Amino acid sequence: MRILVLLKQVPDTDEVKLDPENGTMIREGVGTVINPLDLHALESAIRIKESGEHELTVVSMGPPAAEEALREAIAMGADRAVLLTDRKFAGADTWATAKTLSGMIELEGPYDLILAGEKATDGETGQVGPEAAAMMDIPAITYVSRIIEVGEDGMVAEREVEDGRETWKVPYPVLLSVTKNVNEPRLPTLKGKKKARNANIEKMGSEALGLEPSTIGLTGSPTRVVKINTPKLSRQARLYEGSELVEGIDRLKALLKPYLEVNHE
Amino acid sequence: MSEIWVIAEKRGTQIHSSTYELLGKARELAQKNGSSVALALLIQERPTGDTFRSLFRGGADRVILAVDKSFERFDFGPYIRVLKEMVLQRPPEVILAPATSSGRTYMPGLAALLGTGLTADCTGLDIEEGTGNLLQTRPAIGGNIMATIKTPKHRPQMATVRPKIFSPLGEVYSEHGEIVDFPVRPELVESPARLLKFDSIGEGEKGVQDAEIIIAGGMGLRRMENMAPIYKLARMINGTVGASRKIVDSKWIGHEAQVGLSGHTVKPKIYIAAGISGAVQHIAGMQTSEFIVAINRDRNATIFNFADIGLVGDATEILTRLVEAMEMEVRE
Repeated sequence: MRILVLLKQVPDTDEVKLDPENGTMIREGVGTVINPLDLHALESAIRIKESGEHELTVVSMGPPAAEEALREAIAMGADRAVLLTDRKFAGADTWATAKTLSGMIELEGPYDLILAGEKATDGETGQVGPEAAAMMDIPAITYVSRIIEVGEDGMVAEREVEDGRETWKVPYPVLLSVTKNVNEPRLPTLKGKKKARNANIEKMGSEALGLEPSTIGLTGSPTRVVKINTPKLSRQARLYEGSELVEGIDRLKALLKPYLEVNHE
Repeated sequence: MSEIWVIAEKRGTQIHSSTYELLGKARELAQKNGSSVALALLIQERPTGDTFRSLFRGGADRVILAVDKSFERFDFGPYIRVLKEMVLQRPPEVILAPATSSGRTYMPGLAALLGTGLTADCTGLDIEEGTGNLLQTRPAIGGNIMATIKTPKHRPQMATVRPKIFSPLGEVYSEHGEIVDFPVRPELVESPARLLKFDSIGEGEKGVQDAEIIIAGGMGLRRMENMAPIYKLARMINGTVGASRKIVDSKWIGHEAQVGLSGHTVKPKIYIAAGISGAVQHIAGMQTSEFIVAINRDRNATIFNFADIGLVGDATEILTRLVEAMEMEVRE
């Protein structure tokens, strides 16, 4: 079976601090990591790979520096890595990103199983996976919390939704997007890191993928960001401290009292 | 006349509240650009007259109805193919759907098939004067920045909308409306995916998403045992216990209680953050709460910038004192 994992390199949000003056993110000096949910997708793929004769490829669309994320994926256990990189890919929204990824999949494919994290910590859209699945006309199972069975012709997976858990059986090819409940990602081994250091990261641009310039990057993106602003988030907090704490607790008690009465009627 | 579509969210055969929130917002947008509002409903059995009436009352001019047993639980392929056909028959200007597990799955699929843009998880929607474009505002980069996005040249303009941000109409829109049956051809709903099992967790168990009062704990409580006054207070006032990501990761409490970007977005009447410092990801999930109380030892904690009142001190001790004072109240 051929397995593909879609990876995204994102800013390490655990390092991000807020500017107390204007409430914006301080991004300077913030490193990059593999999108945390993608690590869970990669872990799922590695476990499947280890269970049989399977080939595991990771792919990312991004700047040349995203090579680092792909090396880490190899260190964890991926067999090969493809970086879709081209200045023409810049500024892509989710539609154009899905177009580029599905272009690679159609060219290189078929892949039986495509795995992705449910969403990325930077964009937070979760759209690229299902968009790519629709473009390739394959089923998509999102919010996967457990992979129950991996068979020769298909698989059984559980997804977590608002009102419960669903178990689906689906034949290949299929795209799965996973949540963090699916597994605990492993750390790269020393041996893996060594392998990653010398690994060849295959690079492909828009021409190699045979993609029309009108369908990629900013040009191919139906959406445009027209305004960015910092919301007026801060409220005028009345702070109670020291000797005023008694007063603060009283105020809190008064605030909650109506609910207490309702409950004890 | 141009149309704004809302795609219905359902639980079982019931229409979910997020549908009415979107109908309310769609009505407001329709008033600005002279559109009408249609509701697309994909459902396993034909609803009763009461359901239709509440949709018309909620703001729909017409309901486009697709009935097929495959719609019992959401399945990607049938949903996106049926919606695409519906759209092609009479293309709307705008399509809105709740940003739920299903909405966030079929909307990207539909946008891909239609070759148009989609904005995820919007918290603000407006019509741009002059162009009539839909202005789609969403929190970006952890909720600290609001980005406004347009789909200038592609139609329809599509957005998923975060539940509990908009309100349903305050008054009855209409007692009547048009019902249009969409014929579901078998090939549209053919699917290789099979649902083997569904285990209900019963949404009625009041998750943090639907809570009126949330008392949320964070790492500032230091130890799991120090959560005790939070549980006690929650029982007294019929509140729900929430959590920061860190205490969920430390297994003090289950993931269902987590508030924030990787957990739930909440909008309760009262939000009490106990021992929560205010990480970006947490703030993004609770900042639209009506009234926010922060309790933290560090008077410079970020959370105080987002609170209406702040108590500076040990959260466990303060909550224990509060619980005692409230117990006195009950006895009196």
